[in-house]
Amino acid sequence: MLKKTLAALVLGSALVGGQAFAADYAIDKQGQHAFVNFKISHLGYSWLWGTFKDFDGSFSFDADKPEASKVNVTLKTASVDTNHAERDKHLRSDDFLNVDKHPAATFESTSVKSTGDGTADITGNLTLNGVTKPVVIAAKFIGEGDDPWGGYRAGFEGSTTLTLKEFDIKMDLGPASQTVDLIISVEGVRK
Amino acid sequence: MHWRNSSTNYGLTSITLHWLVAIAVFGLFGLGFWMVGLNYYSSWYRTAPDLHKSIGIALFLIMLLRVLWRFVSPAPAPLASQGRLTRIAARLGHSLLYLGLFLVMISGYLISTADGRPISVFGLFEVPALITSIPDQADSAGVVHEYAAWALVIFAVVHALAALKHHFIDRDATLKRMLGRSAG
Repeated sequence: MLKKTLAALVLGSALVGGQAFAADYAIDKQGQHAFVNFKISHLGYSWLWGTFKDFDGSFSFDADKPEASKVNVTLKTASVDTNHAERDKHLRSDDFLNVDKHPAATFESTSVKSTGDGTADITGNLTLNGVTKPVVIAAKFIGEGDDPWGGYRAGFEGSTTLTLKEFDIKMDLGPASQTVDLIISVEGVRK
Repeated sequence: MHWRNSSTNYGLTSITLHWLVAIAVFGLFGLGFWMVGLNYYSSWYRTAPDLHKSIGIALFLIMLLRVLWRFVSPAPAPLASQGRLTRIAARLGHSLLYLGLFLVMISGYLISTADGRPISVFGLFEVPALITSIPDQADSAGVVHEYAAWALVIFAVVHALAALKHHFIDRDATLKRMLGRSAG
């Protein structure tokens, strides 16, 4: 009895110990449990939502040492989708994202600071429309654990606000629409 | 003047269709060029593209009528004073104009209907989307629309210059015929 309990304890702690190492995760692109959404005010009267359909990335994460976490995301700016082909064409033009000249946008974290239980500020460099600027993503840990298909997953949500002019976006959409909120929701599968 | 073309002169139908198309082509080019640079808060920001699309569809209907009319009432014979080369050049020029017109109109239609939205024509009726599966449809059609529009107005200017050359240098009835005057 004691032996069994001891064995279970040793095994249990070995498993927990295994999880305590920072693990590398690939964003679940295949199953698309990942979203890079944005919203921008329309004239101050409503929110216009959009998404970038094509992106990929990875992160490393350890629940015990969140400060050691890292994240990298690259997205194709041409994959912008706001449910309106004419508008998306305009968004891809040089009035906005200039996708011919700048086909990719990237985010690379430089530091992670824990801000509370399951929350952290992820500082990193965002390159968008050819402009690289440091941004802070307020991130929230959603959950982690085994999935039903033999894998291990962890998921987060984060948001930040970008000023369009700072990223050389030419079009002026009016006083209520100078900034865009970026809302990122990703699930990673442990490599 | 007769509605139909005769063997020597254009009738009222062909002349009216020709000048309507001329006005629409230059008008749409100017409107299109101007509207893509509009400020978001301009009162024309939404109206100008709606107008551009509506006039474009109207032009398409006029062009269908025009092509149909060519079969119903063929164009008058070329002027006797014009040589073989002139006739070939005129035929080629006119073919390019027709090709340019349909290319611009079809590509424009494909931009606006790329995601299945219909085009409202002056708020009177809607033209449904028929093709939505071309890869990057709005963008590819947009590139074709822009280049074809430039090509079309350049062809149209060359066409006008050729007419003026016939009028002032060759002193033949080419331009007069299209203005409804008798070829004499």
